[in-house]
Amino acid sequence: MSDLSNKKPETGAFFPRDRAWHAPALTPGYKTSVLRSPQRALLSLDGTISEITGPVFGHSLLGELDNDLIHNFAKDGESAIGERIIVHGRVLDERGKPVPGALLEFWQANAGGRYRHKKETYLAPLDPNFGGCGRTITDEDGAYRFRTVKPGPYPWPNGVNDWRPAHIHFSIFGHGFAQRLITQMYFEGDPMIWKCPIATTIPDRNAIEQLIAPLDWANTIPMDARAYKFDIVLRGRRSTLFENRLEGN
Amino acid sequence: MTQELGYLKESPSQTAGPYVHIGCTPNFAGITGIFETDLGTSMVNDKTLGERITVRGRVIDGAGMALKDAIVEIWQADAAGLYNSPSELRGTADPNFTGWGRCPTSADEGIFTFETIKPGRAPYKDGRKMAPHITVWIVARGINIGLHTRIYFADEAEANAEDPLLARIEQRNRVATLVAPREGSIYTFDIHLQGEKETVFLDI
Repeated sequence: MSDLSNKKPETGAFFPRDRAWHAPALTPGYKTSVLRSPQRALLSLDGTISEITGPVFGHSLLGELDNDLIHNFAKDGESAIGERIIVHGRVLDERGKPVPGALLEFWQANAGGRYRHKKETYLAPLDPNFGGCGRTITDEDGAYRFRTVKPGPYPWPNGVNDWRPAHIHFSIFGHGFAQRLITQMYFEGDPMIWKCPIATTIPDRNAIEQLIAPLDWANTIPMDARAYKFDIVLRGRRSTLFENRLEGN
Repeated sequence: MTQELGYLKESPSQTAGPYVHIGCTPNFAGITGIFETDLGTSMVNDKTLGERITVRGRVIDGAGMALKDAIVEIWQADAAGLYNSPSELRGTADPNFTGWGRCPTSADEGIFTFETIKPGRAPYKDGRKMAPHITVWIVARGINIGLHTRIYFADEAEANAEDPLLARIEQRNRVATLVAPREGSIYTFDIHLQGEKETVFLDI
C-alpha cells in the first residue's frame, strides 16, 4: 500500500451506480446466473468511509515482466506463440479524471483459446511459453500498457454451440472499495461479440461497445506488435461540497 | 439548451468467469513463477495490533451448493477503526495491517478463510458510530457484477443494535444474514446468493 502524496486525497462518496447500464444479476441466457443471482432487492446506501476508502498498491509490487505476457512465463530466449499485441489505455473516472495508482490485473486464454487452468478441458493445446496472467499499475495520467498475444475464441458448455469471442479479463482497483470492478475487453470487428450470451447480458448496445477495444494503428510498432486501445471508466466521486463532517475530521 | 454535464459512463461489469484464479490468484491456480505470492493472502504480521480472529464461510447458490470457483475479497478498518487508505483523513492506520484480503473458495468444500483482526468502530456519515464490520465483495462465474455485503459480529449485540446500516433493513428477520456467529476465535459467515436465507446485498 503506498501513498499518492502528490495529490490531495479524495473523500467524497461515489456516484450511484447506474444498474440499468450494467447487466442485471439474472440473465437466463447465461445459464450459471440463474442459481447465482440474488432475487431480493439490493439495500441502497450512500457510501460510508468503509466504501469510499480502499486498498492502494505501490509500484514496488511489480516485477519487471509483470506486464509482458509474451515473456513472463516463457523459457529464456523463447516467447509465447500468437499475434503479438500491445493493449494500452487509461483508467478514468466518470468525471473524466485520470485514476493514477490503480492496480490492473488481467488474464486470458492463449492464441488457441486454451486457458492454463486445471478445470479447463478444451482440446486446443497449452502453449508451454504462455501463462496467461499479468498486472500493472497506472501512472500519473492514469495510463497503463501491457504486451501479450491475442487470445483465441473458445467454446464453453452453455448452449450446445456457444463460443466466447476473443477477450481479456480485467480486474481493477480504483481508490475506493466501491469502485472495485471486474470486466472483459473485446476486440474490434469480432462478429462473435453479438452472439455471446455473456457479452449480451449487458442490455444496452452502447454499453457493450464500451468494452470493445479499437485497433490503434498510431501506436502499432512496425515489424513488432499491433496495438489495441482500451480505456476503462470507474465510478466518479462527488466533490465534498457540503458533506457532513466525519467524526474526528 | 443547458451545458452538458459531460460525465462518462462507468465501464460495464462482466462476470469474472471460472478461471478468475489465473489472474487474481495464479499460484493457487498452479501457475507459479510469475508472481511471488498471490495478492491478499496475508493481512497481518507479528506486530499487527488487535484481537486475532479467523473469518471463514462458504458462498452458497440457490440450489444449496457451495461455490468452488468464487473469489471473496474483504476490506476492513484496523483495531482503532482506521482504514489503511489515502482517503482516510482521521489518522494513520496501523502500518502492520493491510486491511484488505482476498481468498478463493476451496476446490473441495468451497470454504474461504481470512486470518485477520477484529476491526474497531468507524463513523457513519453523521458521526454516529457503525458497529464493527468487514466489507465483503464476491465475484464468480455466473455473477455478472460483484456483490457487496458486510460481516457483523454476533458478540457485538449492543453495537449492532445501534448500527445505521443494519437499522435500514426493513425485514428485521434478514438482519441475521449479516451477523456471523462466534466460536472461540472463529466467526462463520455463510453467504447465500439466493433463496430463503438470501444474504442482504448492498448497492453502495
